Amino acid sequence: MADGPTVLDVRDLKVVFATRAGEIHAVNRVSFDLKAGELLGVVGESGSGKSVTMMALLGLLPSPPAEIRSGQVLFEGEDLVTCGARRLKAIRGHRIGFVFQDPMTSLNPVFTVGFQIMEPLRRHLGLDKARARRRAAELLDLVGIPDASRRLGDYPHQFSGGMRQRVMIAIALACEPRLLIADEPTTALDVTIQAQILELVRDLRRSLGMAIVWITHDLGVIAGIADRVMVMYAGQVVEMAPVRDLFADPRHPYTRALLATVPSVRGPRADKLQAIDGQPPLLLAHPAACSFAPRCAHAAGSCAVANPPRRPVMPAHEVACVFDMARARPAPVLDVAHG
Amino acid sequence: MLTFTLRRLLLSIPTLLAISLVIFLILELAPGDPVASMPLTIPPEVREKIRESLGLGAPFHVRYLLWLKAFFVTEPLHALDALLGTDFAAGSQRILSFQSRSPVFDIIAERLPQTLTVVGMAYLIGVLIAVPIGIISAYRQYSWFDQIGTLIAMLGYSVPTFFTGVLLIVVFSVHLGWFPSIYDTTLVVDSWDSFLLQVRQMTLPVAVLALYNAAQISRFMRASMLDNLHQDYVRTARAKGMGERVVVFVHVLRNSMIPVVTVVALGVPGVFGGAIITEQVFKVNGLGQLLITAIYGNDVPMVQTLTFIFAILIVLFNLVADVLYGLLDPRIRYD
Repeated sequence: MADGPTVLDVRDLKVVFATRAGEIHAVNRVSFDLKAGELLGVVGESGSGKSVTMMALLGLLPSPPAEIRSGQVLFEGEDLVTCGARRLKAIRGHRIGFVFQDPMTSLNPVFTVGFQIMEPLRRHLGLDKARARRRAAELLDLVGIPDASRRLGDYPHQFSGGMRQRVMIAIALACEPRLLIADEPTTALDVTIQAQILELVRDLRRSLGMAIVWITHDLGVIAGIADRVMVMYAGQVVEMAPVRDLFADPRHPYTRALLATVPSVRGPRADKLQAIDGQPPLLLAHPAACSFAPRCAHAAGSCAVANPPRRPVMPAHEVACVFDMARARPAPVLDVAHG
Repeated sequence: MLTFTLRRLLLSIPTLLAISLVIFLILELAPGDPVASMPLTIPPEVREKIRESLGLGAPFHVRYLLWLKAFFVTEPLHALDALLGTDFAAGSQRILSFQSRSPVFDIIAERLPQTLTVVGMAYLIGVLIAVPIGIISAYRQYSWFDQIGTLIAMLGYSVPTFFTGVLLIVVFSVHLGWFPSIYDTTLVVDSWDSFLLQVRQMTLPVAVLALYNAAQISRFMRASMLDNLHQDYVRTARAKGMGERVVVFVHVLRNSMIPVVTVVALGVPGVFGGAIITEQVFKVNGLGQLLITAIYGNDVPMVQTLTFIFAILIVLFNLVADVLYGLLDPRIRYD
C-alpha cells in the first residue's frame, strides 16, 4: 500500500526541556520514516513523548524551555531542524498540516471560521480574497459541513465539537499538504463523531494521497486505520511494526502489556480492568538502561545495564528489547486478548 | 445589540433617579450650613432670610423635585437656547451655586476644558503607552524589559500622585526649572509660543497622571496577553505557518483587548471626575478642584449636580463597556 517516495525521515531526534528540576529528556533518539500515502499510528501512554516528537518536527515547541539537542528531520529531503524559522513557517500549514486534540480550544474564538481557513490559503498560496473564499467553501464541503459557503461567516462557538474538528481538518488540508500530523484528533469527541472523523480521514487519504501521522492512545482506532504502528515509551520508540503484525504478534513486553489493557468484548467479563503497574519514569537524564525495566514482568539483569537499541525481528518489524517475546513465550499474565 | 442598548438606556432612567435621590438625601443629612461661613456679625434673622433666599425654606421633597425639574428640563432647554438662539427656558429657575450665585452649569462649562485637557490627555497618553508595554512585557515575559516594566508599574501604581506630583515639582520646577509648577488657566493659546507654553505647563500634571494610568492599564494588558499567548488557538495559528507578527497582533491581541477595552471604558468617567489630588497639587482649576471647594463651602447644589453628573457618566460608560464587549467578542450576544 505504501510504496511511494519517503516523505518524512526522522533520525535520532532528541528533545530536551530545561526545567527548574533539571533537564527533562522528553524525546530520546527517535527515528522513523513515512512514505507517501502511508498512515503511521503512534501509540503510548500520556507523557511518552508522542506529541512532543511531532511538535518538535515542526518547531512548534516553545523554546526555551524546549531544545532539539540532536537529530535530523528530513521532510522531502530538507532538514527541518536546520532550515531556519522562516523556511519552517513556509512549510507549516502548507506542506505539512497539523490537527490538534481539542477542537473546542484550537480555533480562535473571535474570528470567523472562514477567516481562519482562508489565512493559510492567502499566506502560502497567495490567493486573493475571493478565490480564498471559494476554496475555503470547497474545503468545508470536502470535510462534510453542509451549507459550506454560508457557514464561512460563522464563529467557532456556533459549531459543535465534531464540526469544529472538521474545520480544523479543513484548515490542515487547505494547501493540500504532503503530510498530515493528527495529534489525538478524536480523543475529545464522542464515539459516533469519532467514527465519522475516522471515516473522513480514510476517504481524504485515499483521494489526496498524503502521508499521515496519527497520534492516539486508543488502540482500537489504530487497528482500524493505520498501516504501521510505532509504540513509544519514555521518549523512545520501543516497537515498530505493520499494524497486523503488531496486534497479532507483539514482540516488546510494553506493547504486550499495553494490548493487555484493552478489555475484550469476547469471553467472560473481567472484574477489573487490566493495568500496567507502576508509573512511567521521570526522565531527568538520557536513559542509560531500558526505561521499561522497572515495570517489566520479564526484566533480567541485563536490562539494567544497557539501553537496548532497536533491532529487526521480522521484516519491517523492529523491537527495542534484549528479549524477543515471540520466542520467549512469556508468562500467562501477558496473554493478549486480541485488540 | 440595538435592542439591548435601548433597553439598558431605558433601565438606566430609574437607576439614575434612585441615585439622585440618594445623593440628595445624603447631602440633606450631612451636617453643615451654607451660611455658617458668613461673618458672625450677621444677625440671626438676616441669616434666616439668606437661607430662605437660597431656597432652603421649602421642605425637602419640594426642593428635590425643583432640583430635578431644573436639571432635566430647565438646563437642557437653556443649553438649547444658547445653541439655537431660542428662549424656551426664559423665566425658569436654573440651578444656582450657593457660593457664587451663578448657574452651576456655567461654572462647570468653565472648568471642564482644563480637566479634559490635563486629565483627558493624561488618560489618553496612559492608555497609548500602556498597551504596547503590556504587549511586549507579556511576549517577552521575565525579560529585562518586563522586569523594569513591572517595577515601574508597581511604583507608578502604589506611590500616590500627591507624592509623585511634588517630587516632579521639586526636581523639574525647583531644581532644573524646566517646567512651571503651577498651571495657568488664563493662558490663551493663539500662537506658536503660547502653544509651547501650554505644552510645558501641561507636562508635569500629565506625566504624573499618565504614569498612574499607564501603570494600571499595562498590568491588565500584560495579564490579558499572557492568558491568551498560551491558548491552543495560538499554537494552531503557528501550525498554519502564520508569522509571529500575525500571531501576536491579530490572533492574540484581538482576544486580549476584550477585557482591557472594558477597563479603559470604565475609567473614562474618572477623567471627567477630574483628578482631585493632582489638580490641587498643580493648581489646575478643573472639576476635581471645583468639587472640593464646593464641599468646603457647603455648596449643596454644586455638589449635588457634580456628583450626579459623575453618576450619569458611570452608568453611561458601563453601558459603553458592555456594548464594546459584545462588539469585540462574538460569543457574547445580548439579543
